Amino acid sequence: MSEHKMKKIYLYSKFERFWHWVQSVLIILLLVTGFEVHGSFELLGFMKAVDIHNTIGLTWLILFVFIVFWMFVTHEYKQYIPTTKKLFEVAMYYSSGIFKGEPHPVQKSKNAKHNPMQRLTYLGLTAVLLPFQMVTGLLYWAYNDWADWGLGFLDLEVLALLHLIGGFAILIFLIVHVYMTTTGHTITAHIAAMFSGWEEVPEEETVPDWERKAERH
Amino acid sequence: MGRPSRQNCGSCHFYGGGGDAVKHGDLDSSLVKPAKNLDVHMGTLESGGQNFTCSRCHTTRNHHIAGRIYDKPAALERKSLLQDDLGDKIMCESCHGMQPHKSGGMDSKLNDHVDKVACQSCHIAEFARSQPTKMSWDWSVAGQLRDGKAKVKGPDGKAVFVKKKGAFVWEQNVVPEYYWFDGTLDYVTVEDPIDPTGEVWLNRPNGSYDDPFSRIMPFKVHRGKTPYDKVNKVMVIPHLFPRNKEDKDAYWKSFDWQKAIKSGMKYAGQKYSGEYGFVDTAYVFPTTHMVAPREKALDCAQCHTKDGRLENLEGFYMPGRDSVELINAAGWTGVIGALVAVFIHGVMRFVAGLRRKED
Ligand code: HEC
Ligand code: HEC
Ligand code: HEC
Ligand code: HEC
Repeated sequence: MSEHKMKKIYLYSKFERFWHWVQSVLIILLLVTGFEVHGSFELLGFMKAVDIHNTIGLTWLILFVFIVFWMFVTHEYKQYIPTTKKLFEVAMYYSSGIFKGEPHPVQKSKNAKHNPMQRLTYLGLTAVLLPFQMVTGLLYWAYNDWADWGLGFLDLEVLALLHLIGGFAILIFLIVHVYMTTTGHTITAHIAAMFSGWEEVPEEETVPDWERKAERH
Repeated sequence: MGRPSRQNCGSCHFYGGGGDAVKHGDLDSSLVKPAKNLDVHMGTLESGGQNFTCSRCHTTRNHHIAGRIYDKPAALERKSLLQDDLGDKIMCESCHGMQPHKSGGMDSKLNDHVDKVACQSCHIAEFARSQPTKMSWDWSVAGQLRDGKAKVKGPDGKAVFVKKKGAFVWEQNVVPEYYWFDGTLDYVTVEDPIDPTGEVWLNRPNGSYDDPFSRIMPFKVHRGKTPYDKVNKVMVIPHLFPRNKEDKDAYWKSFDWQKAIKSGMKYAGQKYSGEYGFVDTAYVFPTTHMVAPREKALDCAQCHTKDGRLENLEGFYMPGRDSVELINAAGWTGVIGALVAVFIHGVMRFVAGLRRKED
């Protein structure tokens, strides 16, 4: 890959970078305090852990609403529309090509920030896992109002365990996600891009039409 | 006539069971003139307490505290364990209301608990804080001598062995046991069949998680070894006090259980098989006095942890205490699996990279 000439493109806007990093900090804190509340270890003490978990959870919910709003206003949500094209190639790349030094089968571009595997992953994350975690978390938080809200049929244990399963899923995502950032043309390339907004991509690569985000109107 | 003093009421209530602090772990002579530390309500004014008399809480009149006037009936629908004994029902909520803690932050989390956890559970972290209370009574060793003596005293001066009664265990600063409680107790009578293979609960708190009037309540549990009828599987009533000098049937005359039980059961009009044994028993006392200052209230983690104070209460979920091991195991396996996978992938990339450089 290093034989390719590289060029820099501006991939991640300020707001995207901001929400990415704020969200990452919030999620890590939620994981730590969440598992402490669950009784997995002792760090801050149960009361602090509950307190911080609640506060951050609500903060994140508000931020998330803004993120989703922004995605629809800017049409960035289209970056997440799933496709199976080249999905197989991408999977093959990470399971074998990457060891042979082959180039990535899908290049990043302004209109196609995510490869097909990322699209699927991030769509699952943003549209399913994170909202699931927020809904179960919010219900958990509102436990004492269930009767008033007509939610008396809910069961705290079931809800808490669903929330726990979501927590495990997010933790596993986080591990793989952080590792995947090291698979750029240098180990820190992707992380650096998420700070600066500029990603280095090989030159002279044309982005196929299907990869392109539909033009804005 | 003045109001009755704590001494007046206490002359009976402190000495229940034949001596000071024997029965109740939360009502003893140390409440005649306690410091606030022992009881925030009955504590002396000098120590920062309220100097309440017993009748301040046990009265039929409405309760008014400065700045807080409650027009709701005192009992707020919850039942009372105070039967005919001291008159009216009184609850902590009668004076403090249903939301005694500040609203906002973790204080409102405390208010969230009051529908399931009785105030006493958090506010009386330990009972018998001033003098030891009797926690167990083993009748089976009565009638003998211990080290050749008819009475042996423990380090705190309380009798640990008395020939007439058996062996006692006294404890101070006792952590209560917690049970669901709707304000009523079920008692075992001499007519109720018992299961002598386990501990026999001579009384048992009623209540459950699903009952909206039940709360988790702290109890002193007094254990014992008590005579029972081995064949009919019922508790027995031994005849203890000699009626006169000639009364050879009385246990405290001849120290003969057989005769004492036969005579006691006959007097009570109950059948007795003629075979007795000793069974482990438990008897509960709700703990409601000796409310400690707020700083001494329970921490969240004393309940919300695996082997915390509520570890024996089942059938409901508490964060930090409960989990489903299968989910934990699967979750952590997934997490470790992910770590191992990315580690191996990384090593393979590294090695493959080195090889390519060599070529
Ligand atoms: C701060 C208020 C308060 C004061 C002061 C108080 N009590 Fe109580 N007492 C209670 C409450 C609350 C209950 C439980 C009532 C219920 O649940 O029905 C109770 C229950 C009792 C019971 C029956 C339950 C048991 O523990 O077996 C006795 C006996 C009793 N009190 C005696 C006394 C005596 C004697 C005094 C004075 C030395 C006293 N109380 C002072 C609030 C108080
Ligand atoms: C007769 C009214 C009355 C009843 C009944 C009563 N309290 Fe109080 N309590 C007071 C008053 C008055 C104070 C002192 C003022 C204050 O802090 O609100 C007080 C103070 C307290 C405090 C604060 C002590 C501190 O650290 O300064 C606690 C905790 C408390 N009560 C718990 C209880 C509990 C638990 C019960 C039930 C067993 C109960 N109270 C029943 C009137 C009452
Ligand atoms: C889950 C445990 C818990 C339960 C249940 C609970 N409390 Fe408390 N309570 C506390 C703790 C902890 C504090 C100290 C809070 C602080 O210092 O911020 C406290 C403080 C108080 C205070 C002093 C509050 C103040 O702001 O001055 C009163 C009065 C009180 N509790 C009464 C009650 C009464 C009455 C009930 C039952 C209706 C009750 N509590 C139930 C844990 C509990
Ligand atoms: C006396 C034991 C006890 C103490 C102390 C206690 N809890 Fe709880 N807690 C319980 C019980 C019992 C439940 C289950 C209540 C239910 O299912 O309605 C519970 C439930 C909860 C829940 C889940 C339901 C809800 O209300 O959201 C949270 C969160 C919680 N407690 C937080 C705390 C915090 C924070 C503290 C300390 C400020 C604390 N608890 C102190 C006994 C306790």
